[in-house]
Amino acid sequence: MSEVKFSKEHEWITLAGDVATIGITQHATEMLGDIVFAELPEKGSNVEKDGTAGVVESTKAASDVYTPVSGEVVDINQAIVDDPAKINEDPEGAAWFFKLKMKDISELDSLMNKEEYDKFAKESSS
Amino acid sequence: MEIKKTSLNKLHQDCQAKFVEFAGYEMPIQYSKGVIEEHKFTRSHAGIFDVSHMGQLFIYGNENLTSDLEKIFPLDLKNLQQNCSKYSFLMNEEAGIYDDLIITKLENGYLIILNAACKEKDFEILNNILSKKYKMELSNDRALVAIQGPKAVEILNETINGVKNLTFMTGDWFDYNGQKLFVTRSGYTGEDGFEISILNDLAEEFTKSLIKKGAELIGLGARDTLRLEAGLCLYGHELDLNKTPVEANLKWAISKERLSNGGFVGSNKIINQIKDGAKQIRVGIKPEGRLIAREKTKIFNESELPIGEITSGTFGPSINGPIAMGYVDKEFSKIDTKILLEVRGKKHPANICKLPFYKKSYVKGVN
Repeated sequence: MSEVKFSKEHEWITLAGDVATIGITQHATEMLGDIVFAELPEKGSNVEKDGTAGVVESTKAASDVYTPVSGEVVDINQAIVDDPAKINEDPEGAAWFFKLKMKDISELDSLMNKEEYDKFAKESSS
Repeated sequence: MEIKKTSLNKLHQDCQAKFVEFAGYEMPIQYSKGVIEEHKFTRSHAGIFDVSHMGQLFIYGNENLTSDLEKIFPLDLKNLQQNCSKYSFLMNEEAGIYDDLIITKLENGYLIILNAACKEKDFEILNNILSKKYKMELSNDRALVAIQGPKAVEILNETINGVKNLTFMTGDWFDYNGQKLFVTRSGYTGEDGFEISILNDLAEEFTKSLIKKGAELIGLGARDTLRLEAGLCLYGHELDLNKTPVEANLKWAISKERLSNGGFVGSNKIINQIKDGAKQIRVGIKPEGRLIAREKTKIFNESELPIGEITSGTFGPSINGPIAMGYVDKEFSKIDTKILLEVRGKKHPANICKLPFYKKSYVKGVN
């Protein structure tokens, strides 16, 4: 499993072989508040880097979920659709969103590492 | 314009509130527990709400004032007992709603609780209709604190002895630390509870005493989910100048006595609408599944023809599912009518349902 990388849209991504697992960050869930709805991309569909790949809704508002890399959706986490509160409980673990078979692994290069993301999150929320 | 702060602002900060601007005030949207926990705590224990941003309008006068107010509000104020409250609206000639409000008869006049965003305009409208004949005060020196939930009566009665004897939609003056408080048994969550009008200087200490007894501060986020579950209208969403009380399904708030004779602003329109029926009417809506349909979501019938629009939609924590209110053409307003809601370009099934979503637990008296 690769190092965890992060996007400016507050997604995290890890890579195993050419399959990436993507979710939203702890910081994102803290900003959103209680999540009560999640919509994920369809299995077998193709998503493009920085395009929308789902929706999460808190009690207050709907927010798009973006994918930080391109690829084919090979798996989705149905458990978070059935019980969206799981996203608040363990956003960077059990509550991953979807898995992609990546087309171009170099797309990861432009993403942030943990230290860079923490700094970015802190600055963007202040 | 500088953002206004209520007298409880420091306490909100100390309790880790997240703030939003609401009607020109810095108000807590939630605290560290979050909307769902705050909502559930109110339903099971007692929540404290800072509603000091709302207008507290005192109008002083006697029988003449009562007659003049009857020309404005569709209420039988002559027969309203002292210290009793009614829900009503300020309307224009077309029965469009400037604001919805609670009016209470006092010994020497009336107290009207107004929405924060409307209060200054309401003052001008009322003062003009009343030809500036009466002394009117939109209070700046009083906070308004609500305590709501099944434990509210026990907790508040420990602090202000005697409030337990009030019944729903009645009020009275009580002593607190040598000052007078006006307490009404009312609220906007569907729970039993009280609203306390208190001098700014005493508000923080008073609120802390409620917290010490087990009540917790609740933000505007949960206030919205609570009122929506209770099927209560929010001004600017369910109600505005383009809606009438008949369309809003609030006919119950119009005195029958006044309907037969009219003579209040908007009465012609209301009498006609009750006779002929309104084109659209406010309904409760439950989306199937977990989908949330927000304000402005378009509503369609099963043949995919547009029939209305959502005015409020969220997740109801006590219902454990999505809920909404909106306006639909009258022929589609019957309970269990199947409708479609267009969210993010797709039409999703939903049903018209009975209001409220969550059964109210008011402590009603004899009147």
